Amino acid sequence: MNKAIPVLAVLAAAGLAATSYAVFTYAPFEPVLLFNQKIFYFHVAHAFMLFVAVGVCGLCSLVYLKKRSPRWDDVALAGAEVAVLFGAAVLISGSIWAEAAWDKWWVWEKRLTMSLLLWLVLVGYVLVRRFAGASAERLAAGLAVFGTLGVPFVYTMVDKGDHHPQAGRDGNVMTLTGPMKIVFWACVLTFLLWFLTLVLMRVQSARAEREIRELREQGLDAGLFT
Amino acid sequence: MLRHAARIAWKDLRIELRSREIVYTMAFFGGLIVVVYSFAFPVKPDLVRAAAPGMLWVAIAFAGTIGLGRAFDRERENDTMRALLLAPVPRLSVFLGKALAITALVMAVAAVCTPLLALFLEAPLFAAPLPLVLALALGCLGFAIVGSVFAAMLLKVRSRDVLLPIILYPILIPLFVAGVYATEALIAAPGPALDKAWYWIGFLGIYDASALVLSLWIYESLVIE
Repeated sequence: MNKAIPVLAVLAAAGLAATSYAVFTYAPFEPVLLFNQKIFYFHVAHAFMLFVAVGVCGLCSLVYLKKRSPRWDDVALAGAEVAVLFGAAVLISGSIWAEAAWDKWWVWEKRLTMSLLLWLVLVGYVLVRRFAGASAERLAAGLAVFGTLGVPFVYTMVDKGDHHPQAGRDGNVMTLTGPMKIVFWACVLTFLLWFLTLVLMRVQSARAEREIRELREQGLDAGLFT
Repeated sequence: MLRHAARIAWKDLRIELRSREIVYTMAFFGGLIVVVYSFAFPVKPDLVRAAAPGMLWVAIAFAGTIGLGRAFDRERENDTMRALLLAPVPRLSVFLGKALAITALVMAVAAVCTPLLALFLEAPLFAAPLPLVLALALGCLGFAIVGSVFAAMLLKVRSRDVLLPIILYPILIPLFVAGVYATEALIAAPGPALDKAWYWIGFLGIYDASALVLSLWIYESLVIE
Protein backbone atom coordinates (compact mmCIF):
# COMPACT_ATOMS: atom_id res chain seq x y z
CA MET A 1 0.00 0.00 0.00
CA ASN A 2 2.82 2.41 0.85
CA LYS A 3 4.29 2.03 -2.60
CA ALA A 4 0.98 2.47 -4.37
CA ILE A 5 0.41 5.98 -3.00
CA PRO A 6 3.16 7.85 -4.93
CA VAL A 7 2.28 5.99 -8.12
CA LEU A 8 -1.39 6.89 -7.75
CA ALA A 9 -0.51 10.49 -6.92
CA VAL A 10 1.67 10.85 -10.01
CA LEU A 11 -0.98 9.26 -12.21
CA ALA A 12 -3.64 11.55 -10.75
CA ALA A 13 -1.47 14.63 -11.35
CA ALA A 14 -0.74 13.58 -14.93
CA GLY A 15 -4.42 12.86 -15.44
CA LEU A 16 -5.38 16.26 -14.06
CA ALA A 17 -3.00 18.01 -16.43
CA ALA A 18 -4.15 15.97 -19.42
CA THR A 19 -7.86 16.28 -18.71
CA SER A 20 -7.66 20.02 -17.97
CA TYR A 21 -6.10 20.42 -21.39
CA ALA A 22 -8.59 18.11 -23.09
CA VAL A 23 -11.60 19.75 -21.45
CA PHE A 24 -10.76 23.07 -23.06
CA THR A 25 -9.40 21.89 -26.40
CA TYR A 26 -10.62 18.43 -27.35
CA ALA A 27 -14.14 18.46 -25.91
CA PRO A 28 -16.60 20.43 -28.06
CA PHE A 29 -18.85 23.23 -26.81
CA GLU A 30 -22.18 22.14 -25.48
CA PRO A 31 -24.81 23.66 -27.85
CA VAL A 32 -26.91 25.34 -25.13
CA LEU A 33 -24.64 26.08 -22.22
CA LEU A 34 -21.47 26.73 -24.26
CA PHE A 35 -18.48 27.54 -22.08
CA ASN A 36 -20.41 27.14 -18.83
CA GLN A 37 -20.61 23.45 -19.36
CA LYS A 38 -16.86 22.97 -18.90
CA ILE A 39 -17.25 22.85 -15.12
CA PHE A 40 -19.42 19.77 -15.61
CA TYR A 41 -16.35 17.56 -16.11
CA PHE A 42 -15.05 18.61 -12.72
CA HIS A 43 -18.36 18.81 -10.88
CA VAL A 44 -19.92 15.50 -11.88
CA ALA A 45 -16.68 13.56 -11.45
CA HIS A 46 -16.50 14.87 -7.89
CA ALA A 47 -20.13 13.97 -7.29
CA PHE A 48 -19.41 10.39 -8.37
CA MET A 49 -16.55 10.24 -5.90
CA LEU A 50 -18.77 11.63 -3.16
CA PHE A 51 -21.17 8.74 -3.65
CA VAL A 52 -18.33 6.21 -3.79
CA ALA A 53 -16.92 7.65 -0.57
CA VAL A 54 -20.28 7.51 1.19
CA GLY A 55 -20.68 3.89 0.13
CA VAL A 56 -17.20 3.04 1.37
CA CYS A 57 -17.84 4.78 4.68
CA GLY A 58 -21.22 3.17 5.29
CA LEU A 59 -20.14 -0.32 4.31
CA CYS A 60 -16.90 -0.24 6.30
CA SER A 61 -18.76 1.12 9.33
CA LEU A 62 -21.21 -1.75 9.16
CA VAL A 63 -18.44 -4.32 8.89
CA TYR A 64 -16.62 -2.59 11.74
CA LEU A 65 -19.69 -2.80 13.97
CA LYS A 66 -20.19 -6.45 13.14
CA LYS A 67 -16.56 -7.58 13.28
CA ARG A 68 -15.12 -5.08 15.79
CA SER A 69 -11.88 -4.91 13.86
CA PRO A 70 -10.45 -1.37 13.95
CA ARG A 71 -8.93 -1.81 10.50
CA TRP A 72 -12.36 -1.31 8.97
CA ASP A 73 -12.90 1.72 11.10
CA ASP A 74 -9.73 3.32 9.70
CA VAL A 75 -11.08 2.92 6.19
CA ALA A 76 -14.51 4.29 7.18
CA LEU A 77 -12.88 7.34 8.75
CA ALA A 78 -10.73 7.94 5.69
CA GLY A 79 -13.76 7.57 3.43
CA ALA A 80 -15.80 10.04 5.48
CA GLU A 81 -13.11 12.71 5.64
CA VAL A 82 -12.34 12.50 1.95
CA ALA A 83 -16.08 12.54 1.24
CA VAL A 84 -16.44 15.81 3.19
CA LEU A 85 -13.73 17.28 1.00
CA PHE A 86 -15.20 16.03 -2.27
CA GLY A 87 -18.69 16.99 -1.13
CA ALA A 88 -17.54 20.55 -0.50
CA ALA A 89 -16.07 20.60 -4.03
CA VAL A 90 -19.35 19.27 -5.43
CA LEU A 91 -21.47 21.85 -3.63
CA ILE A 92 -19.23 24.80 -4.45
CA SER A 93 -18.73 23.89 -8.10
CA GLY A 94 -22.44 23.06 -8.33
CA SER A 95 -23.31 26.49 -6.97
CA ILE A 96 -21.02 28.21 -9.44
CA TRP A 97 -22.49 26.25 -12.30
CA ALA A 98 -26.03 26.92 -11.09
CA GLU A 99 -25.34 30.64 -11.09
CA ALA A 100 -23.95 30.45 -14.62
CA ALA A 101 -26.60 28.15 -16.06
CA TRP A 102 -29.78 28.96 -14.09
CA ASP A 103 -28.92 32.44 -12.72
CA LYS A 104 -29.35 31.24 -9.16
CA TRP A 105 -26.69 30.27 -6.68
CA TRP A 106 -28.80 27.55 -5.18
CA VAL A 107 -31.86 25.69 -6.39
CA TRP A 108 -33.50 22.74 -4.70
CA GLU A 109 -32.79 20.52 -7.64
CA LYS A 110 -32.88 16.87 -6.71
CA ARG A 111 -29.24 16.04 -7.23
CA LEU A 112 -28.14 19.14 -5.37
CA THR A 113 -30.49 18.37 -2.48
CA MET A 114 -29.27 14.82 -2.33
CA SER A 115 -25.60 15.84 -2.29
CA LEU A 116 -26.26 18.42 0.41
CA LEU A 117 -28.04 15.93 2.68
CA LEU A 118 -25.33 13.30 2.24
CA TRP A 119 -22.71 15.90 2.93
CA LEU A 120 -24.48 16.92 6.17
CA VAL A 121 -24.41 13.32 7.40
CA LEU A 122 -20.69 13.15 6.69
CA VAL A 123 -19.93 16.43 8.40
CA GLY A 124 -21.86 15.05 11.38
CA TYR A 125 -19.68 11.95 11.21
CA VAL A 126 -16.46 13.95 11.31
CA LEU A 127 -17.74 16.15 14.16
CA VAL A 128 -18.73 13.10 16.18
CA ARG A 129 -15.34 11.51 15.57
CA ARG A 130 -13.63 14.59 16.89
CA PHE A 131 -15.78 15.47 19.88
CA ALA A 132 -17.48 12.35 21.19
CA GLY A 133 -14.59 11.08 23.28
CA ALA A 134 -14.12 7.43 24.10
CA SER A 135 -17.02 5.88 22.18
CA ALA A 136 -16.61 8.11 19.13
CA GLU A 137 -15.82 5.24 16.79
CA ARG A 138 -18.99 3.33 17.50
CA LEU A 139 -21.20 6.40 17.50
CA ALA A 140 -19.80 7.60 14.22
CA ALA A 141 -20.13 4.13 12.72
CA GLY A 142 -23.79 4.05 13.77
CA LEU A 143 -24.32 7.47 12.21
CA ALA A 144 -22.70 6.33 8.96
CA VAL A 145 -24.80 3.17 8.82
CA PHE A 146 -28.08 4.99 9.44
CA GLY A 147 -27.06 7.77 7.08
CA THR A 148 -26.42 5.25 4.32
CA LEU A 149 -29.77 3.64 5.04
CA GLY A 150 -31.33 7.03 4.41
CA VAL A 151 -29.92 7.36 0.90
CA PRO A 152 -32.74 5.56 -0.94
CA PHE A 153 -35.31 7.42 1.15
CA VAL A 154 -33.74 10.77 0.43
CA TYR A 155 -33.67 9.81 -3.23
CA THR A 156 -37.39 8.97 -3.42
CA MET A 157 -38.17 11.97 -1.29
CA VAL A 158 -36.46 14.51 -3.51
CA ASP A 159 -37.71 12.65 -6.58
CA LYS A 160 -41.39 12.65 -5.59
CA GLY A 161 -41.70 15.80 -3.53
CA ASP A 162 -43.00 18.52 -5.82
CA HIS A 163 -41.88 21.17 -3.37
CA HIS A 164 -38.72 21.95 -5.22
CA PRO A 165 -38.39 23.49 -8.63
CA GLN A 166 -37.08 20.95 -11.08
CA ALA A 167 -34.60 23.06 -12.94
CA GLY A 168 -32.03 22.27 -15.57
CA ARG A 169 -31.88 19.81 -18.37
CA ASP A 170 -32.72 16.25 -17.59
CA GLY A 171 -29.10 15.30 -18.03
CA ASN A 172 -27.97 11.73 -17.93
CA VAL A 173 -24.26 11.19 -18.28
CA MET A 174 -24.81 7.81 -19.90
CA THR A 175 -26.18 9.55 -22.98
CA LEU A 176 -22.98 11.48 -23.71
CA THR A 177 -21.33 10.74 -27.02
CA GLY A 178 -18.10 11.36 -28.90
CA PRO A 179 -15.28 13.45 -27.46
CA MET A 180 -17.43 14.63 -24.54
CA LYS A 181 -17.88 11.05 -23.42
CA ILE A 182 -14.15 10.31 -23.64
CA VAL A 183 -13.16 13.46 -21.76
CA PHE A 184 -15.83 12.94 -19.13
CA TRP A 185 -14.82 9.39 -18.30
CA ALA A 186 -11.15 10.41 -18.35
CA CYS A 187 -12.03 13.02 -15.73
CA VAL A 188 -13.85 10.44 -13.64
CA LEU A 189 -10.82 8.17 -13.82
CA THR A 190 -8.50 11.02 -12.86
CA PHE A 191 -10.50 11.95 -9.83
CA LEU A 192 -10.89 8.31 -8.91
CA LEU A 193 -7.09 8.04 -8.80
CA TRP A 194 -6.91 11.23 -6.76
CA PHE A 195 -9.62 9.91 -4.46
CA LEU A 196 -7.75 6.64 -3.96
CA THR A 197 -4.54 8.53 -3.21
CA LEU A 198 -6.22 10.58 -0.51
CA VAL A 199 -8.09 7.67 1.02
CA LEU A 200 -5.03 5.44 1.16
CA MET A 201 -2.96 8.22 2.72
CA ARG A 202 -5.62 8.85 5.32
CA VAL A 203 -6.00 5.15 6.07
CA GLN A 204 -2.28 4.94 6.59
CA SER A 205 -2.19 7.89 8.96
CA ALA A 206 -5.27 6.68 10.84
CA ARG A 207 -3.64 3.30 11.27
CA ALA A 208 -0.41 4.91 12.47
CA GLU A 209 -2.35 7.05 14.97
CA ARG A 210 -4.12 4.00 16.28
CA GLU A 211 -0.90 2.01 16.61
CA ILE A 212 0.77 4.82 18.52
CA ARG A 213 -2.23 5.04 20.83
CA GLU A 214 -2.15 1.31 21.45
CA LEU A 215 1.59 1.33 22.08
CA ARG A 216 1.17 4.17 24.51
CA GLU A 217 -1.52 2.26 26.37
CA GLN A 218 0.71 -0.79 26.50
CA GLY A 219 3.46 1.41 27.84
CA LEU A 220 1.16 2.86 30.48
CA ASP A 221 0.08 -0.63 31.50
CA ALA A 222 3.69 -1.70 31.76
CA GLY A 223 4.42 1.33 33.94
CA LEU A 224 6.86 2.94 31.53
CA PHE A 225 5.52 6.50 31.80
CA THR A 226 5.23 7.10 35.50
CA MET B 1 -38.88 -10.81 23.97
CA LEU B 2 -41.89 -8.63 23.36
CA ARG B 3 -43.21 -9.32 26.83
CA HIS B 4 -39.95 -8.11 28.35
CA ALA B 5 -39.99 -5.09 26.07
CA ALA B 6 -43.50 -4.22 27.19
CA ARG B 7 -42.44 -4.60 30.81
CA ILE B 8 -39.48 -2.23 30.34
CA ALA B 9 -41.64 0.28 28.51
CA TRP B 10 -44.22 0.09 31.30
CA LYS B 11 -41.50 0.62 33.89
CA ASP B 12 -40.37 3.79 32.15
CA LEU B 13 -43.87 5.06 31.73
CA ARG B 14 -44.73 4.33 35.35
CA ILE B 15 -41.75 6.33 36.57
CA GLU B 16 -42.89 9.08 34.27
CA LEU B 17 -46.49 8.88 35.45
CA ARG B 18 -45.34 9.28 39.03
CA SER B 19 -43.10 12.29 38.53
CA ARG B 20 -44.58 13.62 35.25
CA GLU B 21 -41.36 15.56 34.87
CA ILE B 22 -40.61 14.88 31.22
CA VAL B 23 -44.16 15.02 29.95
CA TYR B 24 -44.92 18.34 31.61
CA THR B 25 -41.68 20.03 30.63
CA MET B 26 -41.70 18.67 27.08
CA ALA B 27 -45.33 19.55 26.49
CA PHE B 28 -44.82 23.02 27.92
CA PHE B 29 -41.75 23.49 25.75
CA GLY B 30 -43.67 22.33 22.68
CA GLY B 31 -46.48 24.75 23.53
CA LEU B 32 -43.97 27.57 23.94
CA ILE B 33 -42.53 26.88 20.51
CA VAL B 34 -46.00 27.17 19.02
CA VAL B 35 -46.60 30.46 20.85
CA VAL B 36 -43.26 31.79 19.58
CA TYR B 37 -44.29 30.79 16.05
CA SER B 38 -47.54 32.65 16.32
CA PHE B 39 -45.66 35.79 17.27
CA ALA B 40 -42.96 35.27 14.68
CA PHE B 41 -45.21 34.71 11.67
CA PRO B 42 -48.25 36.69 10.58
CA VAL B 43 -51.46 34.69 10.85
CA LYS B 44 -52.72 34.68 7.28
CA PRO B 45 -54.65 31.68 5.97
CA ASP B 46 -52.50 30.95 2.90
CA LEU B 47 -49.28 31.50 4.83
CA VAL B 48 -50.44 29.27 7.66
CA ARG B 49 -51.38 26.54 5.23
CA ALA B 50 -47.86 26.60 3.83
CA ALA B 51 -46.02 26.95 7.12
CA ALA B 52 -48.05 25.01 9.68
CA PRO B 53 -46.83 21.49 8.71
CA GLY B 54 -43.23 22.60 9.09
CA MET B 55 -43.99 24.29 12.42
CA LEU B 56 -45.66 21.16 13.75
CA TRP B 57 -42.80 18.84 12.85
CA VAL B 58 -40.06 21.20 13.96
CA ALA B 59 -41.80 21.55 17.33
CA ILE B 60 -41.96 17.76 17.62
CA ALA B 61 -38.29 17.44 16.66
CA PHE B 62 -37.10 20.01 19.20
CA ALA B 63 -39.29 18.92 22.09
CA GLY B 64 -38.62 15.27 21.25
CA THR B 65 -34.86 15.75 21.36
CA ILE B 66 -35.09 17.35 24.78
CA GLY B 67 -37.33 14.61 26.11
CA LEU B 68 -35.10 11.93 24.66
CA GLY B 69 -32.02 13.32 26.35
CA ARG B 70 -33.85 13.66 29.62
CA ALA B 71 -35.33 10.16 29.50
CA PHE B 72 -31.89 8.64 29.14
CA ASP B 73 -30.34 10.99 31.70
CA ARG B 74 -32.65 9.39 34.20
CA GLU B 75 -30.97 6.03 33.56
CA ARG B 76 -27.57 7.62 33.81
CA GLU B 77 -28.08 9.41 37.12
CA ASN B 78 -28.42 6.22 39.11
CA ASP B 79 -26.33 4.20 36.68
CA THR B 80 -29.34 2.00 36.09
CA MET B 81 -28.60 1.58 32.38
CA ARG B 82 -25.93 -0.91 33.31
CA ALA B 83 -28.40 -2.80 35.46
CA LEU B 84 -30.85 -2.77 32.62
CA LEU B 85 -28.29 -4.12 30.19
CA LEU B 86 -27.21 -6.77 32.68
CA ALA B 87 -30.79 -7.89 33.27
CA PRO B 88 -31.48 -11.45 32.09
CA VAL B 89 -33.52 -10.30 29.12
CA PRO B 90 -32.38 -9.90 25.53
CA ARG B 91 -30.77 -6.53 24.82
CA LEU B 92 -33.23 -6.05 22.02
CA SER B 93 -36.08 -6.02 24.53
CA VAL B 94 -34.33 -3.20 26.36
CA PHE B 95 -34.11 -1.32 23.09
CA LEU B 96 -37.71 -2.00 22.12
CA GLY B 97 -39.00 -1.11 25.55
CA LYS B 98 -37.14 2.18 25.56
CA ALA B 99 -38.30 3.00 22.06
CA LEU B 100 -41.92 2.30 22.98
CA ALA B 101 -41.78 4.49 26.08
CA ILE B 102 -40.18 7.34 24.12
CA THR B 103 -42.80 7.00 21.38
CA ALA B 104 -45.49 7.54 24.00
CA LEU B 105 -43.69 10.64 25.34
CA VAL B 106 -43.18 12.21 21.91
CA MET B 107 -46.77 11.51 20.99
CA ALA B 108 -47.85 13.35 24.10
CA VAL B 109 -45.99 16.39 22.77
CA ALA B 110 -47.62 16.01 19.38
CA ALA B 111 -50.99 15.80 21.12
CA VAL B 112 -50.32 19.16 22.74
CA CYS B 113 -48.75 20.96 19.78
CA THR B 114 -51.29 19.99 17.13
CA PRO B 115 -54.40 21.46 18.78
CA LEU B 116 -52.42 24.52 19.86
CA LEU B 117 -51.31 25.16 16.29
CA ALA B 118 -54.87 24.75 15.13
CA LEU B 119 -56.03 27.15 17.83
CA PHE B 120 -53.43 29.93 17.65
CA LEU B 121 -52.71 29.88 13.94
CA GLU B 122 -56.10 28.75 12.75
CA ALA B 123 -54.41 25.95 10.84
CA PRO B 124 -57.00 23.52 9.42
CA LEU B 125 -55.12 20.56 10.88
CA PHE B 126 -58.21 18.55 11.66
CA ALA B 127 -59.57 18.42 8.15
CA ALA B 128 -58.70 14.72 7.99
CA PRO B 129 -57.97 13.60 11.55
CA LEU B 130 -57.32 9.90 11.06
CA PRO B 131 -54.49 10.14 8.49
CA LEU B 132 -52.96 12.97 10.49
CA VAL B 133 -52.90 10.91 13.67
CA LEU B 134 -51.39 8.01 11.74
CA ALA B 135 -48.70 10.21 10.20
CA LEU B 136 -47.84 11.69 13.59
CA ALA B 137 -47.75 8.27 15.23
CA LEU B 138 -45.44 6.87 12.57
CA GLY B 139 -43.25 9.96 12.77
CA CYS B 140 -42.96 9.71 16.55
CA LEU B 141 -42.23 6.00 16.31
CA GLY B 142 -39.42 6.51 13.79
CA PHE B 143 -37.99 9.33 15.88
CA ALA B 144 -38.08 7.14 18.97
CA ILE B 145 -36.46 4.16 17.23
CA VAL B 146 -33.49 6.05 15.84
CA GLY B 147 -33.35 8.29 18.91
CA SER B 148 -33.20 5.41 21.39
CA VAL B 149 -30.25 3.84 19.59
CA PHE B 150 -28.17 6.99 19.70
CA ALA B 151 -29.29 8.35 23.06
CA ALA B 152 -28.30 5.03 24.65
CA MET B 153 -24.87 5.26 23.05
CA LEU B 154 -24.39 8.86 24.09
CA LEU B 155 -25.03 8.16 27.79
CA LYS B 156 -21.36 8.25 28.70
CA VAL B 157 -20.35 11.07 26.38
CA ARG B 158 -19.72 14.47 27.91
CA SER B 159 -21.13 16.67 25.13
CA ARG B 160 -24.18 14.48 24.55
CA ASP B 161 -26.64 17.39 24.61
CA VAL B 162 -25.12 18.88 21.48
CA LEU B 163 -24.19 15.63 19.80
CA LEU B 164 -27.67 14.12 20.00
CA PRO B 165 -29.29 16.58 17.57
CA ILE B 166 -26.14 16.70 15.44
CA ILE B 167 -26.41 12.96 14.92
CA LEU B 168 -30.19 12.64 14.81
CA TYR B 169 -31.25 15.43 12.47
CA PRO B 170 -29.20 14.50 9.41
CA ILE B 171 -30.40 10.91 9.78
CA LEU B 172 -34.01 11.86 10.36
CA ILE B 173 -34.35 14.39 7.55
CA PRO B 174 -36.28 11.91 5.33
CA LEU B 175 -38.67 11.21 8.19
CA PHE B 176 -39.38 14.83 8.96
CA VAL B 177 -39.69 15.87 5.35
CA ALA B 178 -42.08 12.99 4.63
CA GLY B 179 -44.11 14.00 7.69
CA VAL B 180 -44.25 17.59 6.51
CA TYR B 181 -45.35 16.52 3.02
CA ALA B 182 -48.06 14.28 4.47
CA THR B 183 -49.37 17.04 6.73
CA GLU B 184 -49.22 19.52 3.91
CA ALA B 185 -51.30 17.24 1.68
CA LEU B 186 -53.86 16.88 4.47
CA ILE B 187 -54.40 20.61 4.91
CA ALA B 188 -54.18 21.47 1.20
CA ALA B 189 -56.34 24.37 0.05
CA PRO B 190 -59.56 22.99 -1.48
CA GLY B 191 -59.65 19.83 0.63
CA PRO B 192 -57.31 17.11 1.87
CA ALA B 193 -55.30 15.50 -0.94
CA LEU B 194 -55.66 12.01 0.43
CA ASP B 195 -53.77 10.14 -2.31
CA LYS B 196 -50.65 12.16 -1.70
CA ALA B 197 -51.02 11.98 2.06
CA TRP B 198 -51.29 8.19 1.99
CA TYR B 199 -48.21 7.96 -0.22
CA TRP B 200 -46.15 9.85 2.38
CA ILE B 201 -47.69 7.92 5.25
CA GLY B 202 -46.61 4.74 3.49
CA PHE B 203 -43.16 6.25 3.05
CA LEU B 204 -43.04 6.90 6.80
CA GLY B 205 -44.11 3.32 7.47
CA ILE B 206 -41.37 1.89 5.26
CA TYR B 207 -38.82 4.23 6.79
CA ASP B 208 -39.81 3.12 10.30
CA ALA B 209 -39.68 -0.54 9.31
CA SER B 210 -36.20 -0.25 7.80
CA ALA B 211 -34.91 1.78 10.73
CA LEU B 212 -36.32 -0.83 13.10
CA VAL B 213 -34.70 -3.72 11.24
CA LEU B 214 -31.35 -1.95 11.08
CA SER B 215 -31.53 -0.99 14.77
CA LEU B 216 -32.35 -4.53 15.83
CA TRP B 217 -29.51 -5.78 13.71
CA ILE B 218 -26.79 -3.48 15.01
CA TYR B 219 -28.04 -2.49 18.46
CA GLU B 220 -26.00 -5.12 20.23
CA SER B 221 -22.79 -4.05 18.54
CA LEU B 222 -23.53 -0.38 19.18
CA VAL B 223 -24.49 -0.33 22.83
CA ILE B 224 -21.84 -2.05 24.89
CA GLU B 225 -20.77 -1.16 28.36
